[in-house]
Amino acid sequence: MTISFITELPVLSILIFLPAIAVLFVPFLPSNHAVRWFTFSILMIDFLIATLLLVSFDNSTAQMQFVESRSWVPSLGISYKLGIDGVSVLFLFLTALLGWICVLASWNAIAKRLKEFMACLLAIQSLMLGVFCALDLFLFYVFWEAMLVPMYLIIGIWGGNNRIYAAFKFFLYTLAGSLLFLVGILVLYFEGGRTFDILALMDISYELNLQKWVFVSFLIAFAVKVPMVPMHTWLPDAHVQAPTAGSIILAGVLLKMGAYGFIRFSLPILPDASHYFAELMQILSAVAIVYGGLLALAQKDIKKLIAYSSISHMGFITLGLFTFTSNGITGAVLQMFNHGITTGALFLFIGLVYERTHSRDIPAYGGMIKAMPLYGIFLSIFLLASMAVPGTNGFVGEILVLSGTFGVNNWAASAGVLGALIAAAYLLGLYRQMLLGPIRIPGAAKVWDLNKRELCCALPLLIFVFWFGLYPKPFLNILRPTLTNLLEQTLGAGL
Amino acid sequence: MEYLLPIRPALAVAVSLIAAGIILCLHNRPNIRDAVSVVASVIKFFIVISMASMVLAGNTIDLVLFEVLPGVDFAFRVDALGMVFATVSSLLWILASIYCIGYMRSQNEKNQTRFYASFAVSLSAAVGGAFAANLFTLVIFYEVLSLVTYPLVYHKENKESWNGSKRYIVYLVGASKSILLAALALTYQLTDSFDFMPQGLLNNVDASAGILTIVYFCYLFGFAKAAIMPFHAWLPAAMVAPTPVSALLHAVAVVKMGVFCILRVIFHVFGVNLMSTLGLGIITAYLVSFTIVTASIYALTRDDLKARLAYSTVSQLSYIILGAALLTPMAAIGGIAHIAAHALSKITLFFCAGSIYCASQRKKISDLSGIGKRLPLTMLAFFIGSLGMIGIPPTGGFISKWYLVVGSVDAGQMALLAVLLVSTLLNAAYFLPVSYRAFFESEKTPPDKSLVAANEIRETPMIAVPLLITALLSLILGLNPDYFLDLANNLVEQEFVVGSLVTGEKMP
Repeated sequence: MTISFITELPVLSILIFLPAIAVLFVPFLPSNHAVRWFTFSILMIDFLIATLLLVSFDNSTAQMQFVESRSWVPSLGISYKLGIDGVSVLFLFLTALLGWICVLASWNAIAKRLKEFMACLLAIQSLMLGVFCALDLFLFYVFWEAMLVPMYLIIGIWGGNNRIYAAFKFFLYTLAGSLLFLVGILVLYFEGGRTFDILALMDISYELNLQKWVFVSFLIAFAVKVPMVPMHTWLPDAHVQAPTAGSIILAGVLLKMGAYGFIRFSLPILPDASHYFAELMQILSAVAIVYGGLLALAQKDIKKLIAYSSISHMGFITLGLFTFTSNGITGAVLQMFNHGITTGALFLFIGLVYERTHSRDIPAYGGMIKAMPLYGIFLSIFLLASMAVPGTNGFVGEILVLSGTFGVNNWAASAGVLGALIAAAYLLGLYRQMLLGPIRIPGAAKVWDLNKRELCCALPLLIFVFWFGLYPKPFLNILRPTLTNLLEQTLGAGL
Repeated sequence: MEYLLPIRPALAVAVSLIAAGIILCLHNRPNIRDAVSVVASVIKFFIVISMASMVLAGNTIDLVLFEVLPGVDFAFRVDALGMVFATVSSLLWILASIYCIGYMRSQNEKNQTRFYASFAVSLSAAVGGAFAANLFTLVIFYEVLSLVTYPLVYHKENKESWNGSKRYIVYLVGASKSILLAALALTYQLTDSFDFMPQGLLNNVDASAGILTIVYFCYLFGFAKAAIMPFHAWLPAAMVAPTPVSALLHAVAVVKMGVFCILRVIFHVFGVNLMSTLGLGIITAYLVSFTIVTASIYALTRDDLKARLAYSTVSQLSYIILGAALLTPMAAIGGIAHIAAHALSKITLFFCAGSIYCASQRKKISDLSGIGKRLPLTMLAFFIGSLGMIGIPPTGGFISKWYLVVGSVDAGQMALLAVLLVSTLLNAAYFLPVSYRAFFESEKTPPDKSLVAANEIRETPMIAVPLLITALLSLILGLNPDYFLDLANNLVEQEFVVGSLVTGEKMP
């Protein structure tokens, strides 16, 4: 289905720059309440545009769609080029969805400097959407780097007690990765005929040795973002200190950018190196799955537990990508979306209960399902989804990744299975300790249960848990041409 | 009769789901709430049984709801094997829901609404699993069943149920999130499909014997609800649940779901042909024989009545798998008929244990001396149930054991014949003393003051009636087992078409 008028408008630019322009208006709004509603409406409009894109996306072709191209710095071959394929449209949608949920989650949670906070949310939204749309490497890099600033501010200003340390750690790790990324980009630029056009770069076949070096530089940048073991240590600190909205964005979207980087650059532009390093990537992923899971098992802090579980779950994604099988890659992309939904929801729910109890200590909880039944039921479902119970979104992705990996690397697949078992252990443990047993938090009672605003955040996430778990077909249809094309680009060159 | 026929499988599943919703809404109207449970169970049974004639005629009812992944649908298919499981569980739900009312009220249990709602969803899951057309659908219902029975096991919310429910969920979810997951992923990798096929989905697949063997054992142990040793320990732990839960779920729905899944794997994922080519049938048969004997010996040593029944269940479940694993038509019929026979007898025994507990607070067999005078109906039913377990005519257990014995002779497995005979002796050794003690020893009031004094023990009608009915049904099954035997025959005719495997020939 194509809706004609949106093909005539520069719809991607509108999507990206609407929040950015809105930032300019925030300082002039009269009250905090007005700021909240203003930010919410802007991000809701953005969400509607993203939904429209998803609905009108033509899933019969692997070509980039809604392409906009203007020359920017012609002397250097830099252009302002936007466009989306099946993978990016899905992540635009996820980003836009989590955007307005973040505003609702921060409604009362942010006590100081609300205007600045909402401005940061708008800014980061704009930059994240930009990353998923950019088809020019230079433009991509601009969005990618600029994104760090609002995130740094969100953690550093509105974070917990140790926020400055966490914000610096986050900033330094990512920046270090990004600098290597820049070097890699420049090598591609100078060796590839001085163009930053991503689609043009995909058609150039670089020689293997060069590919290897560029791959490594990209790998470090993306591995920090994903994060892959051993570049993961910034993540638990950042998550624990970040405010709820920060954690949701971090887990929901920022982590996906690393995996998105592999899909957009490493696999299609550097196919030979991708094959060369595939086994290493599979091993690193397997290590991340098991090691992240074991770390999660040992945590007493809820946010840390979910943060380490993210490392383990992201391991499934990189594992699936580097199997170069149709099932593996499809499962990986689905799992990227699923992880955004599920882990976003888990951080949201931890934030909701933290607002009431001011504790993240797992043993301090108990019986929350009695005290807050609605909250308990929602949280149980998200925990089950994170555990990838059949019928929820996680299961479909997990089974695809594992079936893609079996036959390619049986040891990594077995590690994946072990990781699934460990995940069941820590998530069930969390479930039992937090929700069952006697109520331990003083004052916990039914009045604490979810209010309407909080339900509005939780319901869409719940819908996607079951939608992707039972009927992922519409999304698979959107992904199929893009992923088939990606697989051809990767395999065609590699074999 | 044709009314709504194509969607009846979905209706059968939906009835108890809807009932669960209504039950939750009626939390402060206990009488209507309990009535809803009974009415829903009757409706469900009639929907299930209304499809029986089609299935007995050799047809299937197929209903594809939607496509999940390429080659994987969310779909129902009503066939003979599923019909056996669905009939048994929906029929016994009627009796169990009446029994529940008597039991829960006499015990003044709290959280009864949660109890009835979870119970209803469990039945949806059981029937959904029975009618599942592929592994994906089956596994969804399998997991739902694990999860909704968890609050039932944890019902009493004390220390004991905290620990018991932990072991329950760790075993069931742990096995399915590790080895079962691996089996599913490998199956999808090999075939790009999860569909149950006559003669087996993997029958013609191009894969090494080693991989297929691994996949098979992952299924065998991954479906931990079948309680094959060493994955049996969750079942005795689940006995902390209220007795109606132990009766319907941990003697019928949950455990039979596990066994049912394994029968599906043997017949419709691997197929008789592949099973015998790989020699998996005979390995399985010996593996479960070990469980049969060992669990019986465990049962012998337990003084707690429910624990003894639980170990007896572990042992009896392996009979069913043994029947399928022998890969002869007679044994397969025996195994399938044993689903029904064991269900009727074992639910009777559990109902009796609950009745004894309600009337006297007694849990230990050593405290039951002379209780037969006070609870004559209960102990009579217990005796009939015991006969069914041992396999003495005219109970249903005799029929199924007969087929199993003949089947193992057909397969030329004299060692397995010996296992069946030894376990029969063991069954007698752990069940008959209970009846002997109840009827022939003199009554005494135990020193423990928490127990009801002997002269105050009374039968409760709401509890006694369902257990008498199930006892009677197990006798009727012995006299007229045609329904289940016909269904089993139906399956056998489809699966054992290859000439070489029909009766009387030894396995390679």
